[in-house]
Amino acid sequence: MDTEKIDRIIGKHDSEASSLIQVLLEIQSEYHWLPKEALERVSERLQVPLARIMHIATFYKAFSLVPKGRHEIHICMGTACHVRGAPRVLDAVQDLIGIKPGETDLDLKFSLETVNCLGCCALGPVVEIDGKTHGKMSPSDTAEVLKNYD
Amino acid sequence: MSGILLQIDGRQVEAEEGMTLLEAARKEGIHIPTLCHHDKLEPYGACRICIVEVEDSGRTKLVVSCVYPVEEGLIVRTRSEKIDRIRKMILELLLAHAPDAFGLQDLAREYGADRNRFEKEASFCIHCGLCVRYCAEVKKKHAVGFVDRGIRREICFVPEVAAKECWDCKECFPLCPTEALQAAFVLVEAFTGEKT
Repeated sequence: MDTEKIDRIIGKHDSEASSLIQVLLEIQSEYHWLPKEALERVSERLQVPLARIMHIATFYKAFSLVPKGRHEIHICMGTACHVRGAPRVLDAVQDLIGIKPGETDLDLKFSLETVNCLGCCALGPVVEIDGKTHGKMSPSDTAEVLKNYD
Repeated sequence: MSGILLQIDGRQVEAEEGMTLLEAARKEGIHIPTLCHHDKLEPYGACRICIVEVEDSGRTKLVVSCVYPVEEGLIVRTRSEKIDRIRKMILELLLAHAPDAFGLQDLAREYGADRNRFEKEASFCIHCGLCVRYCAEVKKKHAVGFVDRGIRREICFVPEVAAKECWDCKECFPLCPTEALQAAFVLVEAFTGEKT
Protein backbone atom coordinates (compact mmCIF):
# COMPACT_ATOMS: atom_id res chain seq x y z
CA MET A 1 0.00 0.00 0.00
CA ASP A 2 1.33 3.30 -1.10
CA THR A 3 -0.01 6.13 1.05
CA GLU A 4 1.47 8.76 -1.26
CA LYS A 5 -0.51 7.45 -4.18
CA ILE A 6 -3.72 7.57 -2.16
CA ASP A 7 -2.89 11.06 -0.96
CA ARG A 8 -2.30 12.16 -4.54
CA ILE A 9 -5.72 10.87 -5.57
CA ILE A 10 -7.34 12.60 -2.61
CA GLY A 11 -5.39 15.78 -3.36
CA LYS A 12 -6.68 15.82 -6.91
CA HIS A 13 -10.15 16.28 -5.49
CA ASP A 14 -9.09 19.01 -3.04
CA SER A 15 -9.83 16.72 -0.09
CA GLU A 16 -13.54 17.46 -0.55
CA ALA A 17 -15.85 15.10 1.31
CA SER A 18 -18.34 15.43 -1.55
CA SER A 19 -15.81 13.83 -3.92
CA LEU A 20 -15.79 10.64 -1.88
CA ILE A 21 -17.23 8.46 -4.61
CA GLN A 22 -14.84 9.88 -7.23
CA VAL A 23 -11.90 9.21 -4.93
CA LEU A 24 -13.07 5.66 -4.26
CA LEU A 25 -13.55 5.06 -7.99
CA GLU A 26 -10.01 6.18 -8.72
CA ILE A 27 -8.57 4.00 -6.00
CA GLN A 28 -10.64 1.12 -7.34
CA SER A 29 -9.30 1.56 -10.88
CA GLU A 30 -5.73 1.98 -9.59
CA TYR A 31 -5.66 -1.12 -7.37
CA HIS A 32 -8.66 -3.05 -8.75
CA TRP A 33 -10.04 -3.07 -5.23
CA LEU A 34 -10.37 -0.90 -2.13
CA PRO A 35 -7.71 -1.90 0.38
CA LYS A 36 -8.65 -1.27 4.00
CA GLU A 37 -5.65 0.98 4.59
CA ALA A 38 -6.75 3.13 1.68
CA LEU A 39 -10.25 3.48 3.09
CA GLU A 40 -8.86 4.45 6.48
CA ARG A 41 -6.67 7.07 4.84
CA VAL A 42 -9.61 8.43 2.84
CA SER A 43 -11.73 8.53 5.99
CA GLU A 44 -9.05 10.51 7.77
CA ARG A 45 -8.31 12.97 4.98
CA LEU A 46 -11.87 13.62 3.82
CA GLN A 47 -13.28 13.66 7.34
CA VAL A 48 -15.88 11.07 6.43
CA PRO A 49 -16.66 8.38 9.03
CA LEU A 50 -15.51 4.89 8.12
CA ALA A 51 -19.04 3.56 8.62
CA ARG A 52 -20.25 5.84 5.84
CA ILE A 53 -17.44 4.81 3.51
CA MET A 54 -18.26 1.17 4.16
CA HIS A 55 -21.89 1.87 3.39
CA ILE A 56 -20.97 3.38 0.03
CA ALA A 57 -18.27 0.86 -0.79
CA THR A 58 -20.67 -2.02 -0.22
CA PHE A 59 -23.59 -0.31 -1.95
CA TYR A 60 -22.13 0.15 -5.43
CA LYS A 61 -21.17 -2.84 -7.50
CA ALA A 62 -18.29 -0.86 -9.02
CA PHE A 63 -16.41 -1.16 -5.74
CA SER A 64 -14.81 -4.27 -4.38
CA LEU A 65 -13.50 -4.92 -0.89
CA VAL A 66 -11.54 -7.96 -2.04
CA PRO A 67 -8.76 -7.92 -4.66
CA LYS A 68 -9.95 -8.18 -8.24
CA GLY A 69 -8.02 -9.45 -11.23
CA ARG A 70 -6.16 -7.23 -13.71
CA HIS A 71 -8.82 -7.89 -16.32
CA GLU A 72 -12.50 -7.80 -15.58
CA ILE A 73 -14.74 -9.96 -17.70
CA HIS A 74 -18.42 -9.11 -17.80
CA ILE A 75 -20.66 -11.59 -19.54
CA CYS A 76 -24.10 -10.33 -20.44
CA MET A 77 -26.92 -12.60 -19.31
CA GLY A 78 -29.74 -10.36 -20.52
CA THR A 79 -32.67 -11.87 -22.36
CA ALA A 80 -31.34 -11.23 -25.88
CA CYS A 81 -27.86 -12.52 -25.06
CA HIS A 82 -29.36 -15.42 -23.17
CA VAL A 83 -31.40 -16.70 -26.09
CA ARG A 84 -28.44 -16.23 -28.38
CA GLY A 85 -26.32 -18.54 -26.27
CA ALA A 86 -24.76 -16.51 -23.46
CA PRO A 87 -24.92 -19.49 -21.05
CA ARG A 88 -22.68 -21.47 -23.42
CA VAL A 89 -20.24 -18.56 -23.62
CA LEU A 90 -20.23 -18.35 -19.83
CA ASP A 91 -19.55 -22.09 -19.56
CA ALA A 92 -16.67 -21.78 -22.00
CA VAL A 93 -15.11 -18.90 -20.06
CA GLN A 94 -15.57 -20.73 -16.77
CA ASP A 95 -13.81 -23.76 -18.18
CA LEU A 96 -11.01 -21.69 -19.68
CA ILE A 97 -10.06 -19.62 -16.66
CA GLY A 98 -11.42 -21.95 -14.01
CA ILE A 99 -13.50 -19.51 -11.97
CA LYS A 100 -17.20 -18.91 -11.44
CA PRO A 101 -19.02 -15.56 -11.67
CA GLY A 102 -18.05 -13.32 -8.76
CA GLU A 103 -14.66 -14.96 -8.36
CA THR A 104 -11.08 -14.00 -9.15
CA ASP A 105 -8.37 -16.44 -10.16
CA LEU A 106 -5.39 -17.05 -7.91
CA ASP A 107 -2.81 -15.12 -9.95
CA LEU A 108 -5.17 -12.12 -10.09
CA LYS A 109 -5.39 -12.22 -13.86
CA PHE A 110 -9.14 -12.37 -14.42
CA SER A 111 -12.28 -11.55 -12.50
CA LEU A 112 -15.55 -12.90 -13.85
CA GLU A 113 -18.95 -11.28 -13.43
CA THR A 114 -22.30 -11.74 -15.08
CA VAL A 115 -24.35 -8.64 -15.84
CA ASN A 116 -28.01 -8.32 -16.65
CA CYS A 117 -27.79 -6.14 -19.76
CA LEU A 118 -25.04 -4.15 -21.38
CA GLY A 119 -27.45 -2.26 -23.59
CA CYS A 120 -26.34 -3.47 -26.99
CA CYS A 121 -28.66 -6.42 -27.42
CA ALA A 122 -28.26 -6.54 -31.22
CA LEU A 123 -24.64 -7.62 -30.62
CA GLY A 124 -25.57 -10.52 -28.37
CA PRO A 125 -24.07 -12.56 -26.88
CA VAL A 126 -21.94 -9.74 -25.52
CA VAL A 127 -18.77 -10.11 -23.50
CA GLU A 128 -17.11 -7.01 -22.08
CA ILE A 129 -13.48 -7.21 -21.06
CA ASP A 130 -11.91 -4.20 -19.33
CA GLY A 131 -14.62 -1.98 -20.79
CA LYS A 132 -14.09 -3.19 -24.35
CA THR A 133 -17.19 -4.73 -25.87
CA HIS A 134 -16.93 -7.94 -27.84
CA GLY A 135 -20.16 -8.70 -29.72
CA LYS A 136 -21.62 -11.82 -31.34
CA MET A 137 -19.43 -14.09 -29.26
CA SER A 138 -19.32 -17.84 -29.55
CA PRO A 139 -17.52 -20.10 -27.09
CA SER A 140 -14.59 -20.48 -29.52
CA ASP A 141 -14.39 -16.71 -30.22
CA THR A 142 -14.18 -16.12 -26.49
CA ALA A 143 -11.21 -18.44 -26.20
CA GLU A 144 -9.46 -16.48 -28.97
CA VAL A 145 -10.18 -13.12 -27.34
CA LEU A 146 -9.03 -14.24 -23.90
CA LYS A 147 -5.64 -15.24 -25.34
CA ASN A 148 -4.90 -11.56 -25.93
CA TYR A 149 -4.93 -10.76 -22.22
CA ASP A 150 -2.24 -11.56 -19.75
CA MET B 1 -46.42 34.41 14.94
CA SER B 2 -49.57 32.73 13.76
CA GLY B 3 -49.81 28.98 13.91
CA ILE B 4 -50.96 26.62 11.21
CA LEU B 5 -54.43 25.25 11.77
CA LEU B 6 -55.23 21.72 10.74
CA GLN B 7 -57.60 18.98 11.73
CA ILE B 8 -56.40 15.68 13.15
CA ASP B 9 -59.01 13.00 13.84
CA GLY B 10 -61.72 15.66 13.88
CA ARG B 11 -59.89 17.88 16.37
CA GLN B 12 -58.67 21.36 15.55
CA VAL B 13 -54.94 21.44 16.08
CA GLU B 14 -52.62 24.38 16.00
CA ALA B 15 -49.10 23.68 14.90
CA GLU B 16 -46.04 25.71 14.08
CA GLU B 17 -44.35 26.05 10.73
CA GLY B 18 -41.85 23.25 10.17
CA MET B 19 -43.48 20.74 12.48
CA THR B 20 -44.33 17.29 11.18
CA LEU B 21 -47.77 15.75 11.37
CA LEU B 22 -46.49 13.34 13.98
CA GLU B 23 -45.24 16.13 16.22
CA ALA B 24 -48.48 18.05 15.86
CA ALA B 25 -50.51 14.95 16.74
CA ARG B 26 -48.30 14.05 19.70
CA LYS B 27 -48.59 17.59 21.04
CA GLU B 28 -52.35 17.12 21.12
CA GLY B 29 -52.04 13.74 22.76
CA ILE B 30 -53.13 11.86 19.66
CA HIS B 31 -51.27 8.58 19.45
CA ILE B 32 -49.63 7.46 16.21
CA PRO B 33 -47.56 4.28 16.43
CA THR B 34 -43.89 4.57 15.41
CA LEU B 35 -40.89 2.29 15.27
CA CYS B 36 -38.11 4.35 13.72
CA HIS B 37 -38.92 7.66 15.42
CA HIS B 38 -36.77 9.12 18.17
CA ASP B 39 -37.15 12.61 19.60
CA LYS B 40 -33.45 13.38 19.49
CA LEU B 41 -33.00 12.25 15.89
CA GLU B 42 -33.88 13.64 12.51
CA PRO B 43 -37.03 12.09 11.04
CA TYR B 44 -36.12 9.11 8.89
CA GLY B 45 -39.34 7.62 7.52
CA ALA B 46 -38.06 4.05 7.41
CA CYS B 47 -40.67 1.93 9.14
CA ARG B 48 -43.80 3.46 7.54
CA ILE B 49 -45.90 2.36 10.49
CA CYS B 50 -46.86 5.98 11.25
CA ILE B 51 -48.71 6.23 7.94
CA VAL B 52 -51.82 8.44 8.01
CA GLU B 53 -54.50 9.55 5.60
CA VAL B 54 -54.38 13.19 4.56
CA GLU B 55 -57.21 15.05 2.90
CA ASP B 56 -56.11 18.10 0.99
CA SER B 57 -58.52 20.03 -1.25
CA GLY B 58 -60.86 17.08 -1.57
CA ARG B 59 -58.29 14.42 -2.37
CA THR B 60 -57.04 11.86 0.08
CA LYS B 61 -53.55 10.52 0.05
CA LEU B 62 -51.44 8.35 2.28
CA VAL B 63 -48.40 9.96 3.83
CA VAL B 64 -45.87 9.04 6.46
CA SER B 65 -46.59 11.39 9.33
CA CYS B 66 -43.06 11.51 10.77
CA VAL B 67 -41.66 13.22 7.68
CA TYR B 68 -44.72 15.10 6.39
CA PRO B 69 -44.73 18.79 7.28
CA VAL B 70 -47.93 20.38 8.57
CA GLU B 71 -49.94 22.47 6.14
CA GLU B 72 -52.79 24.91 6.65
CA GLY B 73 -56.21 23.30 6.44
CA LEU B 74 -55.11 19.68 6.20
CA ILE B 75 -57.56 17.07 7.37
CA VAL B 76 -55.70 14.12 8.86
CA ARG B 77 -57.04 10.75 9.90
CA THR B 78 -54.73 8.61 12.01
CA ARG B 79 -57.01 5.57 12.13
CA SER B 80 -59.27 4.26 9.41
CA GLU B 81 -60.03 0.90 7.94
CA LYS B 82 -57.54 1.53 5.15
CA ILE B 83 -54.75 2.66 7.47
CA ASP B 84 -55.30 -0.25 9.83
CA ARG B 85 -55.07 -2.61 6.89
CA ILE B 86 -51.81 -1.05 5.72
CA ARG B 87 -50.31 -1.05 9.20
CA LYS B 88 -51.29 -4.69 9.61
CA MET B 89 -49.50 -5.53 6.35
CA ILE B 90 -46.38 -3.58 7.34
CA LEU B 91 -46.34 -5.36 10.69
CA GLU B 92 -46.71 -8.76 9.09
CA LEU B 93 -43.79 -8.02 6.77
CA LEU B 94 -41.65 -6.80 9.66
CA LEU B 95 -42.63 -9.81 11.76
CA ALA B 96 -41.17 -12.07 9.09
CA HIS B 97 -37.82 -10.50 9.98
CA ALA B 98 -38.21 -10.24 13.73
CA PRO B 99 -41.00 -12.59 14.82
CA ASP B 100 -40.31 -12.34 18.54
CA ALA B 101 -39.70 -8.61 18.94
CA PHE B 102 -41.77 -7.34 21.87
CA GLY B 103 -42.48 -3.96 20.35
CA LEU B 104 -43.80 -5.55 17.20
CA GLN B 105 -45.91 -8.07 19.05
CA ASP B 106 -47.77 -5.40 21.01
CA LEU B 107 -48.58 -3.61 17.77
CA ALA B 108 -49.46 -6.89 16.09
CA ARG B 109 -52.05 -7.59 18.75
CA GLU B 110 -53.55 -4.15 18.30
CA TYR B 111 -53.80 -4.42 14.52
CA GLY B 112 -54.50 -8.14 14.33
CA ALA B 113 -51.34 -8.91 12.40
CA ASP B 114 -50.50 -12.56 11.93
CA ARG B 115 -46.81 -13.28 12.55
CA ASN B 116 -46.98 -16.40 10.45
CA ARG B 117 -48.48 -14.82 7.36
CA PHE B 118 -45.18 -14.58 5.51
CA GLU B 119 -42.40 -17.07 5.44
CA LYS B 120 -39.96 -16.19 8.20
CA GLU B 121 -36.66 -14.79 7.20
CA ALA B 122 -35.41 -13.90 10.60
CA SER B 123 -32.66 -11.33 10.33
CA PHE B 124 -33.85 -9.73 13.60
CA CYS B 125 -33.30 -6.30 12.06
CA ILE B 126 -36.11 -4.16 10.67
CA HIS B 127 -33.77 -1.45 9.32
CA CYS B 128 -35.24 1.28 11.50
CA GLY B 129 -31.78 2.85 11.59
CA LEU B 130 -32.15 3.96 15.20
CA CYS B 131 -28.76 2.65 16.26
CA VAL B 132 -27.02 3.96 13.15
CA ARG B 133 -28.59 7.39 13.44
CA TYR B 134 -28.18 7.64 17.19
CA CYS B 135 -24.49 6.84 16.92
CA ALA B 136 -24.03 9.34 14.09
CA GLU B 137 -26.26 12.18 15.23
CA VAL B 138 -26.18 12.12 19.02
CA LYS B 139 -22.88 10.44 19.85
CA LYS B 140 -21.13 11.50 16.61
CA LYS B 141 -19.04 8.32 16.72
CA HIS B 142 -20.26 6.48 13.63
CA ALA B 143 -19.41 3.14 15.19
CA VAL B 144 -22.29 1.37 13.49
CA GLY B 145 -23.55 1.71 9.94
CA PHE B 146 -25.48 0.02 7.21
CA VAL B 147 -23.67 -2.13 4.70
CA ASP B 148 -24.73 -3.62 1.39
CA ARG B 149 -28.07 -2.85 -0.17
CA GLY B 150 -31.51 -4.15 -1.00
CA ILE B 151 -32.42 -7.44 0.61
CA ARG B 152 -28.87 -7.93 1.82
CA ARG B 153 -28.66 -4.64 3.71
CA GLU B 154 -27.70 -5.05 7.35
CA ILE B 155 -26.21 -3.16 10.24
CA CYS B 156 -22.55 -3.59 10.96
CA PHE B 157 -20.19 -2.20 13.56
CA VAL B 158 -16.88 -0.83 12.36
CA PRO B 159 -14.54 -2.92 14.50
CA GLU B 160 -11.82 -0.23 14.79
CA VAL B 161 -14.26 2.37 16.08
CA ALA B 162 -16.40 -0.06 18.06
CA ALA B 163 -13.41 -1.42 19.98
CA LYS B 164 -12.62 2.08 21.21
CA GLU B 165 -16.04 3.63 21.72
CA CYS B 166 -18.70 1.03 22.35
CA TRP B 167 -17.68 -0.58 25.62
CA ASP B 168 -18.48 2.44 27.71
CA CYS B 169 -21.48 3.61 25.70
CA LYS B 170 -23.92 0.97 24.46
CA GLU B 171 -26.61 3.65 24.50
CA CYS B 172 -27.99 2.34 21.23
CA PHE B 173 -28.85 -1.05 22.74
CA PRO B 174 -32.09 -0.07 24.45
CA LEU B 175 -33.20 1.78 21.32
CA CYS B 176 -33.34 -1.33 19.20
CA PRO B 177 -36.94 -2.48 18.72
CA THR B 178 -35.91 -6.05 17.94
CA GLU B 179 -32.67 -6.67 19.83
CA ALA B 180 -30.94 -7.26 16.50
CA LEU B 181 -28.27 -4.84 17.47
CA GLN B 182 -27.06 -6.88 20.39
CA ALA B 183 -26.52 -9.79 18.06
CA ALA B 184 -24.48 -7.66 15.71
CA PHE B 185 -22.48 -6.29 18.58
CA VAL B 186 -21.72 -9.74 19.88
CA LEU B 187 -20.49 -10.55 16.42
CA VAL B 188 -17.99 -7.72 16.46
CA GLU B 189 -16.99 -8.66 19.97
CA ALA B 190 -16.00 -12.02 18.57
CA PHE B 191 -13.81 -10.33 15.97
CA THR B 192 -12.14 -7.73 18.12
CA GLY B 193 -11.94 -9.59 21.42
CA GLU B 194 -11.39 -7.94 24.78
CA LYS B 195 -9.07 -5.24 23.61
CA THR B 196 -10.04 -2.26 25.67
